[in-house]
Amino acid sequence: MSNRFKSRYDDDINLFEGRWHLAQYAILMALLLAAPWLLGTYYLGELTAVLVWSLAGLGLMLISGHTGQVSLGHAAFMAIGAFTNLALMLRGWHFLPALLASAVTSGVIGAIISRPILRMSGIYLAIATLALSIIIEDVAIMAEPITGGVAGVFAPPIALFGMEIDRYATPEAFYYLCLAVLVLVTLGYLNLLRSASGRSFLAVRDSEVSARALGVNVARAKTLSFSLSCAITGLAGALYAHLAQAVNYESFLVLISITLLLQIVIGGLGSVHGAFFGAIVVVLLPQLIAIASDYLDNTAGIQIAAYPGLDTALFALLILLMVIYEPRGLYGVWFKVRTWLQLFPLYRKGMFRRTRTYLKTERQR
Amino acid sequence: MSLLQVKDLSISFGGVKAVDGVSFTVEPGEVFTLVGPNGAGKSTIFNLISRLYEPSGGQILFDGQDITSLPAHKVAGLGIARTFQNIELFDHSSVLQNLLIGRHCRRNTRWFEELLFLPKVRRSEREHRLLVEEVIDFLDLAPYRDKLIAGLPYGVRKVVEIARALSSQPKLILLDEPASGLSVEETQNMAWWIEDMQKDLGLTVLMVEHDMSLVSRVSNRVLAVSEGRPLAMGTAAEVQADPKVIEAYLGTEATS
Repeated sequence: MSNRFKSRYDDDINLFEGRWHLAQYAILMALLLAAPWLLGTYYLGELTAVLVWSLAGLGLMLISGHTGQVSLGHAAFMAIGAFTNLALMLRGWHFLPALLASAVTSGVIGAIISRPILRMSGIYLAIATLALSIIIEDVAIMAEPITGGVAGVFAPPIALFGMEIDRYATPEAFYYLCLAVLVLVTLGYLNLLRSASGRSFLAVRDSEVSARALGVNVARAKTLSFSLSCAITGLAGALYAHLAQAVNYESFLVLISITLLLQIVIGGLGSVHGAFFGAIVVVLLPQLIAIASDYLDNTAGIQIAAYPGLDTALFALLILLMVIYEPRGLYGVWFKVRTWLQLFPLYRKGMFRRTRTYLKTERQR
Repeated sequence: MSLLQVKDLSISFGGVKAVDGVSFTVEPGEVFTLVGPNGAGKSTIFNLISRLYEPSGGQILFDGQDITSLPAHKVAGLGIARTFQNIELFDHSSVLQNLLIGRHCRRNTRWFEELLFLPKVRRSEREHRLLVEEVIDFLDLAPYRDKLIAGLPYGVRKVVEIARALSSQPKLILLDEPASGLSVEETQNMAWWIEDMQKDLGLTVLMVEHDMSLVSRVSNRVLAVSEGRPLAMGTAAEVQADPKVIEAYLGTEATS
């Protein structure tokens, strides 16, 4: 269908490949802006949750998907972001500076932690980051002046541009707030990916030894990626706190870290789209199961609700199927559909057959 | 003045002396080849020069500057680029992106400028792209520009790796077995390209290679090493005729 002829280097540098590509995203953006009129309050809330989890997923995608360092501890940075934001707001800070402070605090703490932690790789890195997740639970209980101890803290209403933004009283305002933060972060993320820093992250992911030989300071690239990743996740944490209205140590358990990782794996590691697709699955799958169980209960009299843990099991099944049949996740599926549409009717069946890939030598790291 | 001076270089892994007192100099504009049997320490010398390994003794001077204790990521910026024996490309990126990563040591933008994609970043991206396109022209890679590495044939990957090294605008290029695994025809092309790099780009080439036809065709000087020690130095023909070299490859004649 579209066979674009590139005539300038800017064609490869620009975010959008031509007008049609730009139009697609303009339509998507228009739909998102119109969402408060298209959806009911309940589904608008769900969509807001998708935005918040997309943001958190983007954070993890940067370090795990694009820099290749697995992290099982990103809930800790959501917690840091959330508690920083609420603690500052309760001490009279305005929302925006407090939000910025969440990102900076998470980023700085991430940078400090990253030096020792990112010396490890593979399974050891996973264990070290898992430890972060567990430590933060205790820290959240002990640092009572900031985190409210076991009871946690409630989110104060947000006063912004003369408006009072509250998740329940003014859901559309809160939705727009989340959308604005997400769009800004996504643009920054894409900018980074199309310039030298982003390329150095990909280089570190695919071959550390040749990255080093090409002049990439590997330790610095990892630190930068981890720190930015933590900052984005911290932002997500702050928004999550306002979405949930109250947070305590139980809001950011290890399970959240694992869910985040599953989210980006299902969505598609190493693609920005993946973070969004994954968030849609993570937020809407439980809803889908609830709707399906209601339907089955009403029509066939089968009571799925009697089997607790079904959504977790379905989630696990989905992951298994993904890893076996589509390692590039939902992004991979989407990519194939798009190619099919673009090439119609010339798509060939074997076009995406996976070729055998060989493990790279582990001799030089 | 010599471009690269290696003085009495040594490294040992545990009790094994992989490189033991190797000295040589590479003059500007020449093709200098290291040959030797497997395990002689040729690739180790490369890894020492590109600072991936820490030498236990000796000195490496590049362009008059001591690089013996320089961090590995600073070497590329000085003008030393390299390829790897087992191709180390970034498999999930396109050829173009791989070559752009080759420009990393010449980057002049900071991450926060890139985050906002300031006009300065766009300008610098265009400049990098222009220089990368010159390399693509030089090595005839235009048909593969937007292809992912993972789908490319082996022979092309070899060329892409050289292209990535050239993208950094080096003075000295280290080629670790550029012809290994290539067909006769591809080896022929490789020979042409090495000659072009020397004559058209004015590059100095330091190479490890087993294919003696390629070695004798392109090399100005050859150094044979065995068990981490230098054996013989001279033109390809001289080294091939050296009895010590023949002994290292084939063993001594049976004495009876």
